[in-house]
Parts: sequence; C-alpha cells; structure tokens
Amino acid sequence: MKVPISWLSEHVDIPAGTTVEELDEAFVRLGFEVEEVLRAPVTTGPLVVGRVLEIEELTGFKKPIRYCQVEVGEEASPGAGGRDVRGIVCGARNFAVGDLVVVALPGAVLPGGFAIAARSTYDHVSDGMICSVRELGIGEDHAGILVLGQDGFTPGTPAAGVLGLDDVVFDLEVTPDRGYAMSLRGIARDLAGALGVDWRDPAALTPPAWSGEPGWAVEVADPARCDRFSMLAMEGLDPAAPSPWELRRRLAQCGIRSISLAVDVTNIVMLELGQPMHAFDRDTVTGPITVRLAATGERLTTLDGVDRALTSDDLLIADESGPIGLAGVMGGASTEIGANTTAVLLEAAHWEPAGIGRGVRRHKLPSEAAKRFERGTDPDVTVVALARAAALLAEHGGAHVVGAPVDLDARRPRPAIALDAGRPGRIAGVAYPPSQVVEVLQAIGATVEGDGQQLQVTPPSWRGDLTDPADLVEEVVRYLGFDEIPSVLPTAPPGRGLTERQRRRRSIGRALADAGYVEAPSYPFVGEAQLDALGVPADDARRQLITLRNPLSEEAPAMRTTLLPGLLGTLARNLARGQRDVAVFEHGAVFPGGPSTQAPVPGVDRRPDDDVLAALLGAVPEQPWHVGVVLAGNVEPRGWWGPGRPGSWADAVQAARAVAAAAGVELTVRAGELAPWHPGRCAELLVGDRVVGHAGELHPRVCAALDLPARTCAMELDVDALPAAPVAVGPHVSTFPPVLVDLALVVADAVPAADVEAALREGAGELLEVLRLFDVYTGAPVPAGSRSLAYALTLRAPDRTLTGEEANAARDAAIAVAVERTGAVLRG
Amino acid sequence: MGVVHVLAVPVAPDPGAPTSSVRAEWPPVSGANDPYDPKQVAALSAEALDAAVHAATEAFAAAGDLDALAAVRPAHLGDRAPILLARRELGALPPHARSDAGKRVNAARVAVTEAHAARLAVLEAERDERVLRQERVDVTLPWDRALPGARHPLTTLTDRISDVFVGMGYEIAEGPELEAEWLNFDALNTGPDHPARSLADTFFVAPEDSGLVLRTHTSPVQARTMLERRPPIYVVAPGRVYRTDELDATHTPVFHQVEGLAVDRGLTMAHLRGTLDHLARQLFGADALTRWRPHFFPFTEPSAEFDVWFPEHRDGPRWVEWGGCGMVNPRVLVACGIDPEEHTGFAFGMGIERALQFRSGVGDMRDIVEGDVRFTSAFGVEQ
Repeated sequence: MKVPISWLSEHVDIPAGTTVEELDEAFVRLGFEVEEVLRAPVTTGPLVVGRVLEIEELTGFKKPIRYCQVEVGEEASPGAGGRDVRGIVCGARNFAVGDLVVVALPGAVLPGGFAIAARSTYDHVSDGMICSVRELGIGEDHAGILVLGQDGFTPGTPAAGVLGLDDVVFDLEVTPDRGYAMSLRGIARDLAGALGVDWRDPAALTPPAWSGEPGWAVEVADPARCDRFSMLAMEGLDPAAPSPWELRRRLAQCGIRSISLAVDVTNIVMLELGQPMHAFDRDTVTGPITVRLAATGERLTTLDGVDRALTSDDLLIADESGPIGLAGVMGGASTEIGANTTAVLLEAAHWEPAGIGRGVRRHKLPSEAAKRFERGTDPDVTVVALARAAALLAEHGGAHVVGAPVDLDARRPRPAIALDAGRPGRIAGVAYPPSQVVEVLQAIGATVEGDGQQLQVTPPSWRGDLTDPADLVEEVVRYLGFDEIPSVLPTAPPGRGLTERQRRRRSIGRALADAGYVEAPSYPFVGEAQLDALGVPADDARRQLITLRNPLSEEAPAMRTTLLPGLLGTLARNLARGQRDVAVFEHGAVFPGGPSTQAPVPGVDRRPDDDVLAALLGAVPEQPWHVGVVLAGNVEPRGWWGPGRPGSWADAVQAARAVAAAAGVELTVRAGELAPWHPGRCAELLVGDRVVGHAGELHPRVCAALDLPARTCAMELDVDALPAAPVAVGPHVSTFPPVLVDLALVVADAVPAADVEAALREGAGELLEVLRLFDVYTGAPVPAGSRSLAYALTLRAPDRTLTGEEANAARDAAIAVAVERTGAVLRG
Repeated sequence: MGVVHVLAVPVAPDPGAPTSSVRAEWPPVSGANDPYDPKQVAALSAEALDAAVHAATEAFAAAGDLDALAAVRPAHLGDRAPILLARRELGALPPHARSDAGKRVNAARVAVTEAHAARLAVLEAERDERVLRQERVDVTLPWDRALPGARHPLTTLTDRISDVFVGMGYEIAEGPELEAEWLNFDALNTGPDHPARSLADTFFVAPEDSGLVLRTHTSPVQARTMLERRPPIYVVAPGRVYRTDELDATHTPVFHQVEGLAVDRGLTMAHLRGTLDHLARQLFGADALTRWRPHFFPFTEPSAEFDVWFPEHRDGPRWVEWGGCGMVNPRVLVACGIDPEEHTGFAFGMGIERALQFRSGVGDMRDIVEGDVRFTSAFGVEQ
C-alpha cells in the first residue's frame, strides 16, 4: 500500500517538524513494514507551470515539430506587457492552445543531470523545454508531454508542488489480517492514534438525499457471499473529460495507471476509503442485474480480454445477457467503460473474503480490488463510496445521479466478543489497568460495554478480522507497544537432553566429516530419468515414488527414495566447477512410496478423536533417515610424500563402517549386487541378518550415463534400520605380556576374507586379543586362483603369562577352524 | 638403577667406553722397600704429579672431538696412566710417608678426572648441538594427506541453536517432512481458503485427495507434540521445510527452520521475549538486542516479527529481521485438545538459512544449497 504523505496530511494533523524517520518508526510500531520510502528524483532550477498560447506547426523536417509560445509567468522586467512568454520547440503533439504544461526553463536540471539551456533547433531558438512525466522522473509515459489541464494553476507557479516532487510516499506492507489498512482512511486512523493527534475520517460524509426509484434493478441471489450490494446510476458523463491532474498524480504516486475519468474516480475512492468499486457502461447492461453463482459451462471474457471458463464457485454479476463481471475480482469486457460512455452504473459491494480469495487464485487475477476484498472491506461504506465517486464524476465529468441508489443490505448484527479486561495483561505479562484496555479498544473504533472487568466488545465495521478475544488482546498489546513487554526467562521442567536418535545423527555427521567427507544436503526431488541413469530396475522398491502435484520441475516431480541422485548431482556440480578430489555425504529423509491411505481432514473445533488421529498419522508415510557418501578422485592427495591414493570401493565400505561405529553398532559386510553398484564391487552391509545398506564402486555404465569419472564410489545406508546401540561394556585390561603370532593362509579367491577372519577368531578362542589382516598376496608361489592372507594375532591371557604351549595351541586351533571352514592351507 | 643421559641421543656412541679391548702388559712396580727408610719414589713427587695433571689437562683440551678425547683418555686415566702408575708406587713408601703421598696422588687423579669430565661435557654438548642441527626439518612442510571433511553450516547452526534450548530444559521434537495437510494447516488455524494453501505456495502430494503436503514450516511438529502430550511442553523443532519459491540469491524452495513452542500455565509474552533474548545473546554475543514489530500469523495471536541487533554484523552493527513469534492462538490449542483457559503458550520460528546468511555473511543463498565443497569446507566441522 503506497501512501503519499501529502494526501495523508490532508486527513491527519501530522505535527510540524515530524521527520520521515519518525513516521517510518511510527509505521513500524503500528505493524506496517515500511518496504520503501519513495521520493521523486531531484530537479533543480526553474521548473514552472506554463500555458500554451500559440502553436506554430513546423514542416520540412523529418518529423512534425511545434514551435510554441508559452506563458511562464509574469515578466520580471517592466515594459514587456506584464507576461513572460517564451518560444519553445516541442516534438510532442498531445496538447492544444490553452493547455497548462510544465516548463523547464534554462538553468533547470532535470533528473539524470539533464541540463536545460536556450538553444537553437529546427531553425528556432528554444527557450526552455515542455516536459513529459518521464523527463520529470515521476512516471514512465513518454508518448507525449504532461498536460495538467486547462485551468487550476496560474502560469509561473513553481511546478514542484504541483507535481508532488517534494512529496514522500511510504510503501507499506499490510498483513493479510488488516484489510482496513489498505486505504488512506485506515492508515490515517492508525497513524493519528500512534502520533496522538486529530484526524478527519474521509468516510464521514453524508450521502445526498437521492430520491426516486432505484437507478437499476438488482437482485442478490447469494447473500452469504454478498451481504451488501450498492449501486448508483449516473448519466451525462462527458466521455472526453480528462481526469484532473491532482487525481492522476495521486494515482501515479500510489502506483495505479490513469485510464479514464470514470475508472480513475473509482480507483481514487478505493485508495481513499478502501472500498473497491466497479463502473459499468450502463448502456451495455441489458436488463436487471443478478448477483449469483456461475452455472456450469458459463464463460466470461474479463477486462483483460481473457475468455474464462467459470466454475460453480465463481460469484458473478450477471444481466440478461449472462455474466458481466467476476464479482470482486474483475469486470467483464462487454460492459467496459469506453470512449463514448456517457451513462455509468457504479457498484460498491461487500463480498465474503474467502470466496474472493478462491476466485483470485483460480483465475490467477490478483487485482488491487481483489486484494482488498480478500482481506475484508468495511461494509458500512459502500454507499459513502458511491456518493464520493458521484461527487467527483459530477465535478470533473459533468455527470449526474439518476434515481435513488440500490442498497441491498443483508448484514446481520455483529456479535459482541466477551473479554476479561485482565486478559491482555495476563497474555502480555504487563499489568494494564482495565480502564486502559477499554480506552484502547475504543480508540481502535470498538464499542465497549460491561462493568469495567467483564467486557462486551463490538469491533468496528472495518475490522472483520476481530472475532476472538485473542484478536482483541493483540490490538491492546500492539496499541500499547511491544516495547513495554519485559524480558523474563521461563523455567522449563527438567529436560531429557537429546534423544539417542538425535545423538546418533550428530555422531554420524561428525564421523563422516572427520573421515574427510563434506556434508552436502541436496533438494530431495527426483525423476524417473535419474533412476534410469542409475540402472534401478523396474521392480525395485526405489521405483515406488511419491509424486508432487506441483513439482518445481517436471524432470524431478517425485520425492527421493534414495540419496544417491542428489549426492551424484552434487558430485557432478563440484567436478564441473574444477574440483578433482571430491568426497561428499548427505544424511536426511527419503520418501519410499507404496500403498497409501488418504489422510482425513477433521474439524478444528476440538481435538480429533483417537481413531481419526490414528488414521491421520497413519496416512503419513514412513520417511526413514538415510546416510550416503559419494567419492571420486583421490582420497589422499599427492604431495611431497608421494603420489595420491585414489578413492576406491574400500573407502565407501569404510565410510559405512565409520557410520556404524559412530552409531555404536557392529556392521558385517558381504558381497552384494544392487544397482547402481558394480556387480563385482558391491558390498552388502548388514546388522545381524538385516541388510541396512550397500557400498562400493559404481557400475561403469552408471558412471558413463552420468558423465562421472570411472570408478566413482558410493555408499548408502538406512540409519533408522540400525538397532539401538547397547551400553558399551568395559573390557578387562590384562597386564600380562602378550604373545604375538603371525600366520599366512592360502585360500581360494572366492573365499571372503571376512569368513577366514571369523574362523580364526572362533578357533583362537578367548585368548585372542587382536586379529589383524596385514597382507594379501597373490602370485608365485601361491597357486593361481588363490591368495595368501597374512594375519597378526595378539594372544594374551587375562590372569597369567601365556606359556609357549598355550599360545601354540590357540594358534593351531585357529588354523584348524580356518582350514576346516574355508579350505585354507597354512603357508609354510 | 637408571642410566642418566645428558641427552637422549641414541645414535651417539658412548664416548666413555674403552676404545680397545686389548689389555696391555702391566709395567713393573717398584719393590717393597720396607727395611728402607726413607726411599724416594720419583713418580710420587709433587713435581711429577703436577706434570702428569698438566699433561692430561693439555691433552684433553687439545682433543677436538669426542673421538679424540676418547683416544687420549687411556694415556691419562687408563691403567697405565702416570697417575695410576704412581698410585701403585704408594706401597713402596714407608708408612708415615704414604698418607701424604696418597693425598697428592688422589688430588692429582681427581684433577685429571674432573678435567676429563669437563672436557667430555663440553664436547658432548657440542656433539648434541651438531646432531640436532643436522636433524632439523622444515616444519612448515604440509602434511595434509587426508582430505578435510566438513559439516554443513546449516547443520552446525541448527545444532548450536538446539543446544541452547536443550540447555534451558527444552526437548528437540521431530516430525516428517511429508506431512498431513491437516497438521500443516488446519490444526494451525490456517483454513482451507488461506492463500498459503494454494499450489502457488505449497507442494501438494499426488493424488489430489492424498491429504498430504510437503510441510511449509516445522509448525506441524508443534501440533503433533501438543496432540501427543500434555503441558508443560517446552520443545524446539528444527527441520527442513518447503515452499514453491524459485531458487535465487535470497530464496530457496527447500530450506530449514527452527521453531520453538512452550505451553504451560501462566506463560506470557514476557517469557517469549526472555527466551528470544537469551537465544540472541547465545548466538550473537552478550551485547545482542532484540525488538519486535507487530505482524500477522494465523497460528499466533498476538504475533510479531522480531529483529536482532548485534555489534559483530559483518556490515557493522545493525538490526536484521530474524523471525516470527507470538502467543499460540487459542484456536490452535483447542484443535490440539488443550484448554486455552488453563494453559497459554508461545511459539517462535526462524529460518536457518537466513540466520546463516547474516551471522556468517553469506551473500548468496545458492552457495548454501548447491553443495559446493569450497563453501562448506570453509566452515570445517565446528563443534
């Protein structure tokens, strides 16, 4: 909402000397965010109103040019007939003899440093310039010069005040609950309250006593959507009458384009009173007007020329020809005010706000009128607005009212709100005396009855948003100032700290960061093509997607079922930006699809009953928390210590182990096979018997499809599938000396190292303290198809020094189990 | 019993060790001269001993390094050194002369031993200094063999905010990102016709009657909490939320919030202010200030937006918009089964991206969401 201070000060006694900064603060305190303070660009030097006395058409040039005699004031030096007349060359043609224009005289500097001087052009000396609004920096129009009209100003009057160059316009953000503030009237009332000064309500006018039959036949078929409909007929409008400059200037300051006198008048009344209006060309309206819901199949071409299909929720202004307007949203083209319109029907109505909002969104028509109706207008001022508009059209367009106004008023009395006068103070934490509460409520226009403690408050007609005691509490606290509220820390009951799950997530993030991975949360949207690129088969659970009705992009209309598309996208972006060695991780929710139920939408007047609540919560799908990593390039960079070490499938598996360790659970690893991993380099990650994830090198086809470096690796694991970590048990630390034993076993390539290790552990028994694989060897003398696994065993007893025999027995037992289970052969 | 090393330099040889294991023949000793008295033994004369001490001192001083010192040591302190030989001559003296000569010999021996020890200490110090000098390395060489990981600043800032509240006794509440429409809107006094409930603002889950949306704020977690438990409730809900904005320098369709909710007997706006003041000081320093501006939210009444002022702002001390807050609308309490006559509540929320932008001077939202490792790495792991 743009508010020129010049206009505001006509209604509010703003104290002299009030600065723009003080007004800014006052608006913010009132809850109006000041989005911008607008001032016209600076013009210096002589800029005056001039009257065109003569126009000489110059010919023989590439374009028609005018040489004008323009009176720009009284002659300063005596003896020149008393008038200062300048010859000025002008290329515009939208003016006539007698018009008042704005003249920049030599010495003036227009916005943008445009200095005006007397100069020869088109064979004449041009002693100044007649300006367009664009040259003056107050508008975009450059089709012609600015014509102020034929009277109202004396030539020579400084133009700055006429143009509003010295004015300040506040652009205020009005929150959706405060529709009344979408008007000069509402802003003026609040500002006067904030400054503690008097103001004059522009709506405080008494409509003339019109007499006769109503000017048109109107019926409201849907009073629930329209509880007041007022209309006034006028005739005798001069279709050529221009809008006076003052009116055009105010519209421009408020960001509204001037169109024609009739339309400009409805707009200025809307800005002033907050009551949007519509003007119909009466001669195009056929028969009685009905306000009704659209019938199926009806269509309407709106003012913007769009032919719109209507729904049964669209409220219409209709006549015998059918729809002529989308109520409160936009008028119809067939009854638009035209260049020959001499008779108009002015409409001012009160519409049910939510219905307007639905219409605006359905037809994507956010108009200035709809913006106000949607927030709620003052139903009291419909006829006042008609009277105000009629007066302006009479004054500037010669129109007169025909008959009496239509005023169909179906409003019911507004219920009073019961309010305990102590409640605002109890909510704010400030002891407001009850009398102060009453004063504030009266100041905002409410009627207050009661004994001073138990109040019955009837909000004013323009405050449709005030329906609950809480709304009144807000008014009181806001009016008296949020700055009054003290700062007190509440005492919460003893808390439980973070949950195990929350601690686990943090630990996992830290563990991966410590392991060299950079966290990279990505947008969780995916498309089928991304899953195709990963080679995810059609029957894979990850193909069961939850899709959005209005996705950001048609390429990614669904919610992710795996973290990998996002992670690989992040990887590719980093590589594209010149990184070579990238290791990133993400943890977050995934959204598996599958069978779903519909979530019920219960009422809000009480807690839903347990069954409904269970259905509601049950309809929300599980969204397990996954963690994933991807890596490409070196995990250890090359340096003066030697060459770098490229990341491999093993790093991806190790990342999973780091996650499991951080989560306090034991992970086992076995060979697996799942897209998008390389079938021979894919580890299946298990906790107990449950597969919780996969890790390894990506399938070469996937790397190719995604244009990723060969041997890019990845891991993904379902964190929520990890069991709770048991309480760690402190081991007995033996102080007896260890026996260190190395042994090497030759096993077939197909035998997993994990099996060999498990066998050794089992065989060595309780004396085994540490088992570590320290070498894997292939090549002679190890037979082809086999490899030699070399282990270092640390044997130690808790209570004694081991004898050689005991150590040997443990070693032999370990070997025996390995031989039996895995076909291993001890390497001599 | 321990071995005392002046410096633990394992590479250095022990300079006190004999250089040769071959033992030479003993020289002849003067025979006992018991019947004779007196008998002069030249080797025990003061002059001879002084000369031996002098010669030893000279020889030690002339030794330029530990090897040289070790080489000359046997000649002056070895078994055949003059003073040691002289000592063996003591037996040739009559008893009454032995004491005097013995003192002289001992004094000479101590003098030589001390001269050796002093020289040894000097040479060892020189040797140690030289060895350490030779072992010097360039400690400025990099050893960044492991790639540095990092946690995303959104995560660490969220954790930091959560921890402030945990410290106040709050619990961290969580809820799903894909949420029931009723919990995201209806329960929060946002009726079916509210503009936010349009395809232009909210992501809706297909099909049309699914009743599911991507939550537009973490407030449904508040609703879940209130439906699930009785007051007193003190929770904060951090998490990811969605709105249909296009990504640009200041907007992202997927972003993060932290919202707080307290429902208890007698809670007031003063408690809300105290809570936000505490958070502001924890995040922005002890001098941080907050202020409120009236605003509108369906789920709170009264509602305010709040700003924070802090001296360390990268563009100089200033007020910045931070979040929204207010007293829980009694309609919300009713929908969640809490009696608004008995309990009041306050709620507040703030965008993490926005807080990160002004706390860490991040100019472009895209840097936060694109996952460029150069951006995130700058934040490290931040404990």
